[in-house]
This record gives sequence, C-alpha cells and structure tokens, in this order.
Amino acid sequence: MEAAGQLSKCGFEVSLVEKEKTTGGHLNDWYKLFPDRRSSTEVKEYLDGITLNNGINVLTNTTIEKFNKNRNHFLITTSGGKEMTADAVIVATGFELFKSSRKEEYGYGIYDNVITSSDLEEMFRNDRILMNNGDVPKTIGIVHCVGSRDEKVGNLYCSKLCCVTAVKQAIEIREHLPQTKVFCFYMDMRMGGAHYEELYREAQEEWGVNFIRGKVSEAGETINNRLVIKVEDTLAGRPLKMELDLLVLMAGMEMSDGGKKIALSAGLNTGDNRFFAATDHHYGSNRSNIDGIFYAGTCTAPMNITETISHARAAVSEVMDYLKDGRI
Amino acid sequence: MNIEGKKAIWKDYQKEIADDKFYYVRSCVRQNFFPGSETAFLKIMREELKKDVYEHPCHTTCTGIGYHSDIVPVETTMTVVARQFALMTEAGYENLLPSCITSFGLYTEILDTWHHFPAVEEKVREQLKKATGREFEKPKNLAHASDVIYKFRKDIAAKAKYKLINKNTGEPLKVVDHIGCHYAKMFPSKGVGGAEYPYVLAGMVEEWGGKVVDYPERRHCCGFGFRQYLVQANRGFSVACSKEKFESMKPFKPDMIITNCPGCPMFLDRWQYVINEMEGKRYGQNGQGIPVFTYEEVAGLVLGYDPWDLGLQMHQTDCEPVLEKMGIEYDPDKKFNTDPITKKVNTQQLVNV
Repeated sequence: MEAAGQLSKCGFEVSLVEKEKTTGGHLNDWYKLFPDRRSSTEVKEYLDGITLNNGINVLTNTTIEKFNKNRNHFLITTSGGKEMTADAVIVATGFELFKSSRKEEYGYGIYDNVITSSDLEEMFRNDRILMNNGDVPKTIGIVHCVGSRDEKVGNLYCSKLCCVTAVKQAIEIREHLPQTKVFCFYMDMRMGGAHYEELYREAQEEWGVNFIRGKVSEAGETINNRLVIKVEDTLAGRPLKMELDLLVLMAGMEMSDGGKKIALSAGLNTGDNRFFAATDHHYGSNRSNIDGIFYAGTCTAPMNITETISHARAAVSEVMDYLKDGRI
Repeated sequence: MNIEGKKAIWKDYQKEIADDKFYYVRSCVRQNFFPGSETAFLKIMREELKKDVYEHPCHTTCTGIGYHSDIVPVETTMTVVARQFALMTEAGYENLLPSCITSFGLYTEILDTWHHFPAVEEKVREQLKKATGREFEKPKNLAHASDVIYKFRKDIAAKAKYKLINKNTGEPLKVVDHIGCHYAKMFPSKGVGGAEYPYVLAGMVEEWGGKVVDYPERRHCCGFGFRQYLVQANRGFSVACSKEKFESMKPFKPDMIITNCPGCPMFLDRWQYVINEMEGKRYGQNGQGIPVFTYEEVAGLVLGYDPWDLGLQMHQTDCEPVLEKMGIEYDPDKKFNTDPITKKVNTQQLVNV
C-alpha cells in the first residue's frame, strides 16, 4: 500500500492486486501496535488514504495466476482472467502467521483455551478476553517463539516481533483484566527495536508481568478443563508445572502461500527460510533475480510496520531508478 | 478438548505397515514380564488373520537395553542389529516386526543413522562380514507389532466376542493409552499418529468400543526409564514417575490402561502394588487398582481368549474388574491352576508353526 501510494504520488499509473476483500493485511486483525500502543486503525487510515485517494487501481479478491516477461514488459494474468501489462512489479505478498497447530505439544486446535497472538488481538478488539466457557481467565501464560528459532518445524530464523508483541499483549491483558496474572515463557528477550526495551521494563515494573526464561514443553488439560503446562525455569534451574486458564502462543512469521505461488510462477529465488531472496542483503534488499521485479516488506523477512513502510519506500526508489535510465 | 484437532494431526502421521510375510523378533523381557502376550500375538496373526509370521531360532537380543544404559557401544549394537537383518535376509523375509518398543526404536534409529551416514553402514557391513561371514539387506518395511494390530484392528473387531464396553451401564470403558517412549518420541513420523497424540493404541481402543482418556501426564514416562530402574539407587525415581501418572489419571476414573512397550505395563502394574504397600493408596475404583494390559492381551480378551491363557494371572494388579465390566466369562478357580496340558509345549512349535 505504501509503495503503491508513493509511486502514484510520483506520477506512475499503479495497480494494486490484493487477494483479500480489503487491503491492509494483518493490520486489519491487530488491536494496538507496539511500542507506543497506538490504535492499528490509525496506521490503516494512513495507508488507506495514500492508496485510495491517489487514483490507484485497487483490485481486491484477486490473485496473480500468471507472470510473463516480454522484453521489458510484464504480462500479468489475474485470477479473474484479466490481463495487465506493467513496466515494473513490486511484490509485497507479506507473511503468514505460523500455523500453531504444527507445534502439536502446545495443543492448539485441541484444547479450547489455547489461542494464538492473533486470536488474542481479536479478543482485545471485541473487549471480550474470555475462556471458552465464558469465564474471565485468572491466569494466562504466553509462549514465545512458536514456530520461530525452531529446527523441528524447519524455521531457524527469529521472527523478531513476537517478543515485543508478547510484552505488548501482556500489558494489554493487565490493562483489561487487572486481577489476571500473566506469565511469559521465553528463550531470550529480543528487544531490538526502538523503545522495545523500555516497554519490557514497563511490563515488569508497572504491570507486574512475570517473565520466566524457559521453553514450555507440553500442554495438557485437567478434568476441570484447566490447562496444565510443563516448563523449565532455566534461571531457577528447576522444572515447573503450572495450571492456566488461557495459553497464548506467539505465532512466528512465515512466507505466505501467495508468495510461494508467485515465486514459482515468476521464477523468483527464495532463501533457506523460504522468504523471497533479495540479490544483496546490504544494498539490494528490494531487488529480485528478475530485472523489473522488486520486493517490499515482509515477503523478504520478518519486519515491523516501521521497517515495512521504509522498505516499501526503498522499493519505490529502486523502481524509479529502474524506469529512469532504462534498466539496472 | 476438540477431537477434530487430534484427527487432523493423526492424518499427518500415517505410516506404511506391511500386509503379510513378517519376520517377527521377540523381546528380551516381555516373555518374563507378560508371558502370554507374544504367544497371543502369534495366535492372532496366524490363526485369526492367517498371516505368515516367521521367527528365527538364532535371533538374539538387539542390545537395546545395554545401549540405552550406556554399557554397549553403538558400533557393537549396530553390528548385532546387522546380524538380525542378515538372519531375516537369509530366511527370505523383508518386513521386520519387532515385539519390543526399544528394539523398534533402535532399528529405526540405526536405519536413520545409516541413511545419513552411509560410511557407517559400510563399516558395519564389513564388521559383520569379518565376524560372521554374513551379509544383509535392510528391511523393506519396519513396523512395531502394535502397528500391525492397529492395521488389522477392524478385522479383529469383526471377530470380536466382547467389546470394551461396560455391560452393566452400556458405556464405553475409559481407557488410558500409554505409549512406549521409544515408539515415536525419537522419530514421530515412524509412529501412527506421531509423538504428541499417538493413535496406535487409541485407534484399537476406539475400534473395539472403548473411549480414550486424555489426562495431563499422559506423555510422562511410565517409570521404567532404564537408568531409573536399572541403577538400584534410582528406583525411587521410577516409582515416583509412575505415581505422578496415577495421580494425574485418577480423577478421570479410568477402567484400564493399555500399553505397547515391554517396560510400561510391568511398571504401571507392579508399582501400583508397591505404592499401595508403601502408602496404602489405590488408584482404581472401589478401592481397587487400575488393571494394566498389553495390547495383545486386550486384543485377546476382545477375541474371547481365556484370560488365564493370556497370562493375566501374572499381573500384580488384578485384571478381574475389567473382566467383570466386559462380561467376560472366566473361571476364577483356574487363575493359578491352569490345565497342565496347556503347559506341555513343543518347543519346536514355539518357534515356527
């Protein structure tokens, strides 16, 4: 959206193809954003403004079926059978949340009160943070690194945003439910963004969130439908067993299925992490292996919104450079 | 709990299980622990299901217990296993069927090691050749005996005389399924249903009329754990492990426990007696213990075999509560007084019928 808006502002004719019924991707599902906990709708409104008010041809409920390059033009066939030509293409297929049911030991999809970070955002939006039976949870556990830094599921990379999301959500739980205890189970706290560390400190000092360094090994259910988790507290050097009302899984980021499909149909390179592989990690992170196709945002790696918007603007700069002097 | 979620996982973990012509390798310890189980398995396979199951008289231990207790080096273990494969090859069979979970885990581990490190396999082949003059083919199919009973669970159900249903209430019996650690915890893709929610025993229980109990400590070790038990000083850990499980399953009021490992039924059975002696505690209903069975014993009961022919008199926790609930006809007087004729065994026949 950012790239489309910026290109349009620069005078290019832009078409934006969106597979969902509305643009905005995961932003539509989120309640508030870290680190300042502003409403996600504010950022969404900005992005809508930059795309909808700039004469961009927005095609929703549409996917790309075919990708052909003919000399310096791309012939693109959409799912509706529509054909479009383009001088340059920006791929911004984003990410998908790791399917938490793949971490079978956590019981997502099996135990009713095991939910994901995305499910919790929906609860925040509806202001109904409740257990499956309608009761208010009194003890909530948050598991970090679900599908990230995990060789077992084939994701060696860090999704980078789950730690700060966990901190943000822990604070929000305490805001909504001051009597509810929150426990975060982490491998490392990776607070590598602006104001992240401060938020982490705030969560401990002002909101009383408990951080326990250790991986949850398994979840089960008691006869009363309470969750039981086993976890190792590596700082105390002892195993823990704890009953919880709600367990929130911080699902990591993965290459989207739509992105994988485009990679195959267009012949774009992907990396070991299955995201699109840019031609150069340092100075070509928007460039693909095909001249005229560029990348923007989390289709190349996990990024936060700030980084995604910056990356999109950089993609616009690459496109302008490409179209100005002919070819890179 | 959402059973659909489990079913989705089970779909992901289906393994190939051979249909016939099995090379059966017995367990070192099961014939002492639960002497009727392997006999019942062979009877079911040969007489009920009409399958070709071959046993080789020269088969030895796989060394699994020694390997997992750190007293047999891995290369020795691999060479012994290579010899088992050689015996199977010489007998003209390709489908290896271990009775023991640890053997199954060990064979799986060794085949996987050879797959990733072919040089190791070559070295073992050389060692076997030098030591015994034998050569071998790797098994085409490796399935644990419980996998095979799982595969034929519907055929067994079709011949069933009894069901895992309480005849007095008409309700399914509540069954705790306990899977041996070496079945799928090391290689989840090699077990039916995977490691977290294995289906191999649950599938039998469901097919034969029972209902599986999901309780918090269902993944916990039974207490055998090799070093916990084999090192005398650690035996407190062993009984503590079993106790952890019993305490966790008790609120669900299970009628019985079904297992697929040599050690699990032994320890879940015997430690109930020990805990009762130590603390006066029993975990079953009406002041009784929770009967513990091997899957062959359960299959045998379902098929209407005499409980004492199945060796259920060897259990330390009485099996009678389950016999009563299922409505199985049995003679209590014969529990420890079986017909002497049944004891007359032709040892040749024991090997290959």
